Amino acid sequence: MRQTNRLSDGGRIDRSKPMTFSFNGNQYSGYEGDTLSSALIANGVNVIGRSFKYGRPRGIVAAGADEPNAIVQLGATEATQVPNVRATQQPLFDGLVSQPTSGWPSLKFDLLGFSGQLFGRALPPGFYYKTFMFPQAAWKFYEKHIRKAAGLGRSPTEPDVDEYDHLNQHTDVLIVGAGPAGLSAALTAARSGAHVILADEQAEMGGSLLSSRSRINGAEASQWVADTLQELAGMDNVLLLPNATVNGYHDHNFLTIHERRTDHLGDRAPENQTRQRMHRVRADWVVLATGAHERPLVYANNDLPGCMLASAVSTYIRRYAVIPGHSLVAMTTNDAGYQAAFDWQDAGRNVVALVDTRQAPTGDCVEEARRRGIRLLIGHAVIEAKGSTRVSAARVAPLSEDGQHLTGPAEKLACDTIASSGGWSPAVHLSCHTGGRPVWNDEVIGFVPGESLQRQSIAGAIAGTFDLAGCLEQGTQQGAEAARQAGYEAKPASLPTVEEPATGNAMALFCIPHEQRISRAPKQFVDFQNDVTAAAIELATREGFESIEHVKRYTALGFGTDQGKLGNINGMAIAAKSMNKTIAETGTTIFRPNYTPVTFGAIAGRHCDDLFDPERHTAMHDWHVRHGALFENVGQWKRPWYYPKPGETMQQSLDRECLATRNGVGILDASTLGKIDIQGKDAREFIGRVYTNAWAKLAVGKCRYGLMCGEDGMVFDDGVTSCLGEEHFLMTTTTGGAAHVLEWLELYHQTEWPELEVYMNTVTDHWATMTIAGPDSRKLLAELTDDIDLDKESFKFMDWRQGTVADVPARVFRISFTGELSYEINVPANYGLDVWEALFEKGERYNLTPYGTETMHILRAEKGFIIAGQDTDGSMHPYDLGLDWAVKEDKPYSFIGKRGMKREDCLRQDRKQLVGLKTKDPSIVLPEGAQAVDDPKQPVPMTMLGHVTSSYYSANLGRSIAMGVIRGGHQRSGETVYYPLSDGRVVEAEITSTLFLDPKGERQNV
Amino acid sequence: MSELQTDTRVSIMNQMPEAGVTARSALYFSQAATQPVFGPGQAQVFLWEDALRGQLVIRGDAGNTDFAKGVSSALDLALPGQLSSSVSATMALLWIAPDEWLLLCDLEQAFAIETRLRDALTGHYAVINVSGGQTQIRLAGSAAASVLQKSMPYAVSDAHFPVGKVVTTALSKTQATVRRIDSTDWELTVRRSFADYAWRWLTDASREYGLHLGQPEHNEN
Amino acid sequence: MFRIYCPYCGELREEEEFHPKGPAHLARPADPDNCTDEQWGDFLYFRDNPRGLHNELWVHALGCRKFFNVTRDTQTYLIKGSYRLGESPDQARTSGDQA
Repeated sequence: MRQTNRLSDGGRIDRSKPMTFSFNGNQYSGYEGDTLSSALIANGVNVIGRSFKYGRPRGIVAAGADEPNAIVQLGATEATQVPNVRATQQPLFDGLVSQPTSGWPSLKFDLLGFSGQLFGRALPPGFYYKTFMFPQAAWKFYEKHIRKAAGLGRSPTEPDVDEYDHLNQHTDVLIVGAGPAGLSAALTAARSGAHVILADEQAEMGGSLLSSRSRINGAEASQWVADTLQELAGMDNVLLLPNATVNGYHDHNFLTIHERRTDHLGDRAPENQTRQRMHRVRADWVVLATGAHERPLVYANNDLPGCMLASAVSTYIRRYAVIPGHSLVAMTTNDAGYQAAFDWQDAGRNVVALVDTRQAPTGDCVEEARRRGIRLLIGHAVIEAKGSTRVSAARVAPLSEDGQHLTGPAEKLACDTIASSGGWSPAVHLSCHTGGRPVWNDEVIGFVPGESLQRQSIAGAIAGTFDLAGCLEQGTQQGAEAARQAGYEAKPASLPTVEEPATGNAMALFCIPHEQRISRAPKQFVDFQNDVTAAAIELATREGFESIEHVKRYTALGFGTDQGKLGNINGMAIAAKSMNKTIAETGTTIFRPNYTPVTFGAIAGRHCDDLFDPERHTAMHDWHVRHGALFENVGQWKRPWYYPKPGETMQQSLDRECLATRNGVGILDASTLGKIDIQGKDAREFIGRVYTNAWAKLAVGKCRYGLMCGEDGMVFDDGVTSCLGEEHFLMTTTTGGAAHVLEWLELYHQTEWPELEVYMNTVTDHWATMTIAGPDSRKLLAELTDDIDLDKESFKFMDWRQGTVADVPARVFRISFTGELSYEINVPANYGLDVWEALFEKGERYNLTPYGTETMHILRAEKGFIIAGQDTDGSMHPYDLGLDWAVKEDKPYSFIGKRGMKREDCLRQDRKQLVGLKTKDPSIVLPEGAQAVDDPKQPVPMTMLGHVTSSYYSANLGRSIAMGVIRGGHQRSGETVYYPLSDGRVVEAEITSTLFLDPKGERQNV
Repeated sequence: MSELQTDTRVSIMNQMPEAGVTARSALYFSQAATQPVFGPGQAQVFLWEDALRGQLVIRGDAGNTDFAKGVSSALDLALPGQLSSSVSATMALLWIAPDEWLLLCDLEQAFAIETRLRDALTGHYAVINVSGGQTQIRLAGSAAASVLQKSMPYAVSDAHFPVGKVVTTALSKTQATVRRIDSTDWELTVRRSFADYAWRWLTDASREYGLHLGQPEHNEN
Repeated sequence: MFRIYCPYCGELREEEEFHPKGPAHLARPADPDNCTDEQWGDFLYFRDNPRGLHNELWVHALGCRKFFNVTRDTQTYLIKGSYRLGESPDQARTSGDQA
């Protein structure tokens, strides 16, 4: 298709590199250097979408991040779909496929002339509030359709094929924005030797200079840009980041930059290259040179395609060599708006009129307009656009001096484009992210950043400096200041010479009056993305919303993905006026991260798939994998869950593992248990303070179970601690609690008891731990050691010995979590697999059976051993658990938890207490979490007594077993409770002891 | 092998096995599972495991001159201060915390060195053998610093991280003690159970620069 | 994302290396057994939540494992400095520690 609106020369596109792309199913062509929006304009595409609430056709308004309408869905395949992309920010590439996202039901339907009020009545101002408040059920319906219509696009149904990553940066100076101020700041700071990062959201750096008519050092401004960038690119201490939006400004000068590395290259990123990168930057000093956004003027039907920002018209003509129409009416409140008319005329098309709202404008631009013979309508304004799917005329009328009234009849000027400039709003967004409040400045006619708490300064248009010479000067100053703040000496720099038109004063005008009052006039749009009109804002203030933050929420002003870059200030001005306040009095809403939408991919980086979270492996992990283990996540550890044999169900595997262990010998990889080496003169005293039980007399060579409580008296961890030497202990913790326990011990050592001489270090990973359990475990171990006396009288239950197992130095602990004769063999992890395999070699004749965490859980439950974190939940003290024997109350030091568990509430008799549960029907396994009641016939809500904490089928007992908490349960042994389940069944269970098997503990003492 | 020594303050253990026992380092299986991407000629990143080193944690009070002297006489290495290291031909002593150091040595020598330390030290100190509990990943090449930038929040510029400096910090979602051995040569001490994750993270982060599994040629013996 | 000075490493480090541990100077009562329930409850559960400067306990969890105190403004999130256990808040600093 011919590019009817492409100019034959000029612009910064490369005409030798043509490209094809599609939009809404149609094929078009463009050039390298185009954005999707400039290429669409080149092809005469007027309507990009339909508006969210009123279904009105919408076209391209802006040329950058402030664009509210041209939001498209990108992607040639399902896996490369990207929603919510601004066509104005998307560089064109060959083969780009795009779809409108706000065109529902369809763009074409709309083009046929149906300018339907899809939601107009259904969504009055305050819709969100009114709907959220009542009726609640309707929201689901609305939400579905609003999303579809609101231009948010859709997420892909297939996984993203591209990769994204993060890069941490530390820099002396970060400069945000590479316009005149940012470039001159970067140059000055970099010349001092400081490390500088210069980031700009556009593909090409230079900002406004790329479409400016002003000259620097006697040449085109773009030449100065090229020279400056060349110098910066040659410096080792400078990192230039184009296509990189500084999206978030966080505490202590931490900023995130969203760099689109390959979005300009194609639908997919090239191999071995990440598509987008999130730079996580810590900067010593930040210079915000983010520029300003032009404000459109608010007039009737100002959302018709063909209504554009004046600066966008210039940008399209000068930078992209495309012209968005044939005949232009330009309206402005300031001199900057004149450029659009000049550029339009220079492009050889018709300027119908230049409408200046000021009564007596002065300055070079006014003179030039007269010289060029452009029809100049001074003291006038465009009050209304006419047309159906494109502007066909502008109605222009004379204005009163204050701009608040019309002073004469309107004239209708035929045109297809209306450019407007209401002045410039500094892009204060980033300055708000850490809490800064913008302040109104009458001279600037805009909000400028308020006092900042960060190590930061501002330069250029963000500071309200709109002339080029001023921007360059301020940039140079702030670059030098940044360097100085970062500890470098900036040499005085000479400023470039600038030729730019002298300008007159701008007029503060936001909403153009109409013959009808706001509520009756054709719609005057303020926020295009959310379809917020001037009338809606007026209505909000009439309904009593006085705070600008409330007006924002009530009307949804600035709630779109454009964050109201285009409309916010106009909206605030309208709200202020209707409340008879000044804008300064009304104030502004503030902005939060992110400045523009960020892909989830860039947020996730490489923290996805199998790099999402660390997977911790034991030294025997490879063996478990080779032997078909299924794994359970315990904390970050991968623990064998059970080892199914071919054809087995899970229960069959568990039955086999349980029976083999109780009747022969089983083996468990217990390496994941936390292990803390504790050494020092006061180690014993220290352990006595953090555990509830007695440690004073534990002899070297002995082990003891310990309970750890918080100051509230509640159990949070447990484990066996062994006395390795008079001043040396090895504490074991639960797998998931290891890191927390060590930090807990350090907390008390460092803050409460620094006088205790003790050192604690983790040795969890150093020792590979394998537990052999079962009546044959001694025989098996005997085959692998000749220097440990395994005789039951000399190596007793709860003893440990040092020696050699399978030729490897080992510590062997005769402790048991199954109630069986059991040995925990600890060897240095480098030899763990070798010892494990040696055990299997010798274990063959004993049918040595590997078992996983599930069998371990069943075997320990048969013995009523608790698992901290499963049978406890932070609300149970040792007495609740029936572990009275593990509390020694008469220790000299008031150990942690002692006082807590004596609080009045902890002494109640009706506390939830841990008991055993046997279902009346032994085949039913209670679901964990099921709640007990005394009377299953009681109407809902029933009086709940406590929940099931552990529940299994025990092959050894041939029945189900469970543990759970019951109010006052320790006094209710033998009584029956009922578990009403979600499927309607009620399970009857008897309260029992938690010791289901071998209550005297004979099996472990053989 | 040693009998249980009931009369000692602490349990001391020579942890070297008999000949014939197969030692497997933390990354024994992970390395085998990783595909080399580039030959050493084109690679900008070199990654390998400095496997099976002897590793002793030494605890004590840096302000106690007897302790500092004892360590340096036993090791013939100065006790390094904050964020620094001391190295000899076979050993490196890394500062971890004001009262904690990590000694890297030959695995076969670990027990002899531990014994020398115990002989030289008195009072409140501790020596803990952690040789099996962590491993050293080596990262070298012209893009090594970029890989680190992708992986940790600590600044790796020459000014912030000169050769010889030791920093314990976050490595992606785990932790590493990072030592700059030379301008493009880094050592990352990671815990054994996290080593596979760290290895996969680093190989992934290296790909765009061209990764070679193994030492740069000039380092190879 | 704070930048926190570790007075034991003598450097500013990124927040992700640290864990916050609540208010600083929260002393365990010397004689817990003779505390009333109310006194123990105060120690367990009641915390000040000042607007402005607040002394907090942090631990350099992924670094040297040392606990120390930080004086932080709860309104601005600016950190005045860090000081070691046993030091007073007026010794808070952001540079200068030698181990």
